[in-house]
Amino acid sequence: MMALAAIVVDSLVYASWLFIVSIGLTLIFGVMNVLNVAHGSLYALGAYTAAWGVGMYVGGAPDAGFVLLAIMLVAAIVVGVLVGILIERGVLRWVYGRDEIVIVLATYAVFLVLEDVMKLIFGPESYIAFQPRFLFGTVSVAGIPYVGYDLLLVPLVALIGVGIWAAIHRTRPGKLLIAVIHDREIASALGINVARFFTVTFLCGAILGALGGALSAPLISVVPGIGVELIVLAFAVVVIGGLGSVEGAAIGALLVGLGRTAAVFFRPELELFVVFVVMTVVLAVRPEGLFGKPQTRRI
Amino acid sequence: MPEALLETRGLGKTFGAVVAAEDVSVSVAAGEIVGVIGANGAGKTTFCNMVTGYLTPDQGRILFRGADITGCTVGEATAAGIHRSFQIPQLFPGLTVYENLLLSVGVFGHRRPPWWRPLVRPETQQEARRVMEQYRIADSAETRVDRLPQGVRKLLDIAMAMVGGPAMILLDEPTSGISTEEKFDVMGNVIDALRSSGATVLFVEHDMDVVGRYADRVIAFREGRVLADGAPREVLENPAVIEHVVGRRPPRPTDA
Amino acid sequence: MTALRNIRPTTAGIVLAAAALLGLWPLLPAWAAHTAAVSLGGGLVALGLMILIRFGLVSFGQGLFFAIGGYAAALANQFLGITDMLVLSVAGIAAAGMIAWALGYIVRGHRGIFFAMLNLAFSMILFGILAKTVALGSTDGFSVGVPTLLGVAPGPEAGRLTFVLFGFIVISSALVAWMVDRILASPVGYAGQGVRENELRLRYLGVSARGAVHLAYIMAAKLAALGGVFTVLLIGHVTPEDTAYWTKSGEFVFVAILGGAGNVAAPFIAQTVFELVRTFALQYVPEAWQMLLGITLLLVILFLPGGLWSLVDRLRGRDA
Repeated sequence: MMALAAIVVDSLVYASWLFIVSIGLTLIFGVMNVLNVAHGSLYALGAYTAAWGVGMYVGGAPDAGFVLLAIMLVAAIVVGVLVGILIERGVLRWVYGRDEIVIVLATYAVFLVLEDVMKLIFGPESYIAFQPRFLFGTVSVAGIPYVGYDLLLVPLVALIGVGIWAAIHRTRPGKLLIAVIHDREIASALGINVARFFTVTFLCGAILGALGGALSAPLISVVPGIGVELIVLAFAVVVIGGLGSVEGAAIGALLVGLGRTAAVFFRPELELFVVFVVMTVVLAVRPEGLFGKPQTRRI
Repeated sequence: MPEALLETRGLGKTFGAVVAAEDVSVSVAAGEIVGVIGANGAGKTTFCNMVTGYLTPDQGRILFRGADITGCTVGEATAAGIHRSFQIPQLFPGLTVYENLLLSVGVFGHRRPPWWRPLVRPETQQEARRVMEQYRIADSAETRVDRLPQGVRKLLDIAMAMVGGPAMILLDEPTSGISTEEKFDVMGNVIDALRSSGATVLFVEHDMDVVGRYADRVIAFREGRVLADGAPREVLENPAVIEHVVGRRPPRPTDA
Repeated sequence: MTALRNIRPTTAGIVLAAAALLGLWPLLPAWAAHTAAVSLGGGLVALGLMILIRFGLVSFGQGLFFAIGGYAAALANQFLGITDMLVLSVAGIAAAGMIAWALGYIVRGHRGIFFAMLNLAFSMILFGILAKTVALGSTDGFSVGVPTLLGVAPGPEAGRLTFVLFGFIVISSALVAWMVDRILASPVGYAGQGVRENELRLRYLGVSARGAVHLAYIMAAKLAALGGVFTVLLIGHVTPEDTAYWTKSGEFVFVAILGGAGNVAAPFIAQTVFELVRTFALQYVPEAWQMLLGITLLLVILFLPGGLWSLVDRLRGRDA
């Protein structure tokens, strides 16, 4: 019974984390048809910047409180906006209209560059920013103690998810965005500034990626290579749910979260294996994902 | 009644709530040139898609030369001798006209070709050139297809469909997108070339003048069903066809 | 990317290149011979990707078959005591061929990013298995002894790269490149251009697009496996991280794009450039090696979509 409760809570926490680190990827793909490999770099940069910022602040003010959370948020926004603009205006706009796989390669190139940029800026050592994690004490669920920060991720991420969904489906710019998703050319002919929607979407996705990293900073040790691992995991999450679908990313996160947590409990050696087996099965049977819509062709 | 080359019996196909074909039974004799008319969404292209194996009918059978080919793949229908052209030309857009035909001639029907024999050989080159001459598109030989005018694209599309010498060819709106002045030129070219090959032709067409001039027989579709089937004059003057398909009284067919 | 006219059989060029490499053996310093042999091994993997690229497909998981080849050779060496390089190569190719045949039924219906992602997932599954299975060496992998050929064993004083191994790699790479060259010039290879340009038309020409993709997938897998065998024999070691992890697959994609799809020589040239630059970069600017790769990849995508080989075509004059 306790094991079951632990699996459920752990899965939820892990799924929330997966959702927040993947949602930007699926958002960008859904609107722009760009599968952004550099999402892994945004995550890592967000984590590095947040950890660095927290470390700097704590060094000067040992009993720093909730300011740390503000620092993390600012770090995510700064990284997302700066790097997002750089990627979208500097690279992507030169390859819009080319084959989608060419665009993937372009973002892969950006990813490679940013890997080394991070090493140059932050060096090879690890950054640890555990302080924010202890702001909320511990909470006991079914007799098991949990770190409050971890548990708070669940409602926070749920809020972000609902916010994104509402922004797309319940606001005027969101409705215009759906028009852009549906048919770029017609949207453009109707006077919608498609280029601006692309830039804004990419920035939002980039900020979300960096935010995922910033929120992860207290949970992990920030070292070179975290973006490399993250991006394949995020691919699995968004592909399982259906590339481009917000609801799908949530389902993908829950599935991967549950699968991986269960594996950790019962057969730890299958941890990574489970994730990619689910991804493979979904891709093989329903490539558009559990929530995607199959495309039909007219001749 | 002569031996049927193609015969369909009670074909049906629905897409969700849309009935694209219902109880379609037609028969085409070898050597006939059949025009197919009908408003948009009447089921003409669905009919072509089913006969060529692109879609599998929900009900009914398709017989070709007496053999049941229902549910066969596009490749199998092509191998059996049914080819088609498309409403939107299906070409290899990055290649030139000559390369399109060379590729078509070279790969046609190859299931397991020997890997050591190059595709570009004197025979394939000659054949590609011959087809270009036959369809009078040799002037554009070195032009990339995505830079061609619509008329030449349509001709190339039909020429590529004729590679391999089909027993029957389905032309899906061969004159769509071509100016009224050019229509008869293009269609005349095509029909001449097809007659000399001896292929049986079924063509979908919106222009009743074109239908009246070139078809031996006309089939009219409406909402997935066969509305009328018979001699051009008879079908084109049928009041139901005039109401639902033609929309106006057609000029007298010049020669049927 | 590549027009139809770009394929010209290059038998003479392949024979010349192989003869030159063999003839240069006594003059080559050890590092150069090693680099040349390693480049041939990696080049074979990129050659397989080049076939797929001609079909309009990019695999982000070719490390799967590279690893299968490497591990087949290492396991046969470790557990069966086989040291013959010919037998090890055949074992690697056979293992990859069978697995690609089976997986091919799944991937042949996929295109674009779905093809890329599915292969990525396959390779990550294998990585997960290799890294966590003790019997397969876990993350440490295996070491492989110095190989023999048809009973010819190197003397005790010989290093890892013997003339026998070098010659074997050069000659088999040349033979394989020649075969691929012929295949690309045959209807099978051209079917790939049909898949890339317009699959629907190809089907209506009586060619099974899925069948053609399946065939190309198996060919690419066998090439990657042979490259894996060669690499393991040259390095003497195999680990999951250096074979099946997605970053390795990404490297192969980089090389294939850098070379271009215009000629079978292109992937080998690109792999050689890659190896040379890596050697120097890791020595002088180790923290900028990936940046160099990324910038190069961007430049190729933007300004040289036909890869390095398009420079050769340009030199020869566009139309030949």
